[in-house]
Amino acid sequence: MAQNAQNELDDLYGDVVLDHCRTPRNSDTVEPADLRADGVNPFCGDEVHLQIALNDDQAARVGVQSVGCSINRASASMMSEALTGKSRSDIVELAKTFRAMLKGDAPSDDEREDLGELTVLEHVREFPVRIKCALLPWSTLEDALAG
Amino acid sequence: MFDVNEIRKDFPILQREVYGKPLVYLDNAATSQKPRIVIQALTDYYEQYNSNVHRGVHALSMEATDKYEEARHKVAKFIGAPKAESVIWTRNTTESINLLAMTWGRDNILPGDEIVVTQMEHHSNHVPWQKVAQDQQAVLKVIPLTKEGTLDVSDIDSYITPKTKLVAFCHVSNSLGTINPVKMLTKKARAVGAKVLLDGAQSVPQMPVNVKELDCDFMAFSGHKMMAPTGIGGLYVKMDILEEMEPFMRGGEMVLEVWNDRATWNDLPMKFEAGTPNIADAIAMGAAVDYLSDLGMDNVRKHEAQLTEYALTEMQKIEEIDLLGPMDVDIRGGILPFHNSEIHPHDLGTFLDREAIAIRTGHHCTMPLMRAMGLVATARASLYVYNTEEEVDKLVSVLKDALRYFGDGAKRAKRTR
Ligand SMILES: Cc1ncc(COP(=O)(O)O)c(C=O)c1O
Repeated sequence: MAQNAQNELDDLYGDVVLDHCRTPRNSDTVEPADLRADGVNPFCGDEVHLQIALNDDQAARVGVQSVGCSINRASASMMSEALTGKSRSDIVELAKTFRAMLKGDAPSDDEREDLGELTVLEHVREFPVRIKCALLPWSTLEDALAG
Repeated sequence: MFDVNEIRKDFPILQREVYGKPLVYLDNAATSQKPRIVIQALTDYYEQYNSNVHRGVHALSMEATDKYEEARHKVAKFIGAPKAESVIWTRNTTESINLLAMTWGRDNILPGDEIVVTQMEHHSNHVPWQKVAQDQQAVLKVIPLTKEGTLDVSDIDSYITPKTKLVAFCHVSNSLGTINPVKMLTKKARAVGAKVLLDGAQSVPQMPVNVKELDCDFMAFSGHKMMAPTGIGGLYVKMDILEEMEPFMRGGEMVLEVWNDRATWNDLPMKFEAGTPNIADAIAMGAAVDYLSDLGMDNVRKHEAQLTEYALTEMQKIEEIDLLGPMDVDIRGGILPFHNSEIHPHDLGTFLDREAIAIRTGHHCTMPLMRAMGLVATARASLYVYNTEEEVDKLVSVLKDALRYFGDGAKRAKRTR
């Protein structure tokens, strides 16, 4: 039991998560941007600032600056990598799949393929109070898409 | 003085394990645990004399009414209120303050008047006064803090002025632990004819509090932070003011006579307690007050101060964290907020949780304070009578593990699976 708790912790804060958290990707502001949004969780002070420059319908450049806990920061950094090069409709799908992974059951094999590295965040499911930390970048993304 | 290990036996929840480890409960400022006699008081009421109060002629109703009013007497005595009627039952501190704001506040604070709060108020003693200030076209002033986390009273006369109608402040800050200089502020308020509201949410549970000695006009407090159930609290109002106050809610219980077009009000304190009250929890709050009185509030405070001193000394040795609030235990309650500039409190809190250590992380309902300190969130451990030095040691040692875990990646202690 005690060991389980420790293992869960190591799953949540895996090397990939801590790496993204320590060296966030795509953290430069993208200017000019076609899509942008800012997200805040006033309860813990987590913040996400997102800019996306489109080329035709594809996310050519993504910029994301995040403040707060490691789960939020890792999620933002990984999201920025996952979005780059994707079409708008693929981005919408990915956001849906990501949300489902955290809110629902473990993803299917197909979904895992779509999510790629993002699946390391599925352990957040075991820490219900932290789900909103992992989702903040994604709800910011949804705001950006909604304009 | 009492034996903490004996006390611990009175709290069933302290026997439980979390993730297979003994619970270390250090979130007492949020809510305290409950001793068996409080839980038993609830069961007794529901199993033996559950009945509505003040309305029945039957035995159960009379028994319930007696116990309910007896609890009010106990609570009144506990806080040094001269009369039991000057304690109105509410759900909690928040409801107490809102009741006051919506009755006395609206009737007595007029355009151009000033309301004074402090930079360390809980939202519940800040937001209701924002509303009164807006509605009444009054001015809300906020006394700033020193770097140490105490009130900066160097310029107090520019805050408390002849225009001041109310000075509202916490006795003990839930986010810093600071014990405020009540008598000094009350004297300042008196000098300009202002009333004083004391937020006793954190002080009433952990130190002797006497409203008469402190000379406050109003005091709000919550049962759940002082071993009573959730859903019960109190508002003390000085008798002469209470007699002049208009009712808060209207309906059953608070009326004396009702006609088609009008009504007259019941005696105090029923005038402020419309509807069937929270009978069971009020009675259980009486039991909580009995329990605390048996321990002796001087002893409770002594234990709190000793343990706080110990915790401050041990935590100060951890280089990576900043402790917030005053370091002098004479002006500090058992509340230990801390902060690391690199590691978010949520991450620390999650780590501690997996070792069965319960602390709180976030803004602690004091966003204006956090903003003033340039922070958005802190981690906070808070102590009570049943906490021990061993538990503080556990906190310190796991906190060190957490700092290592989230700290420099190269140094991250990889655990063997
Ligand atoms: C200083 C202070 N004031 C007010 C409150 C509000 O208490 P309640 O939530 O019981 O209404 C709290 C509780 O967190 C507090 O610590």
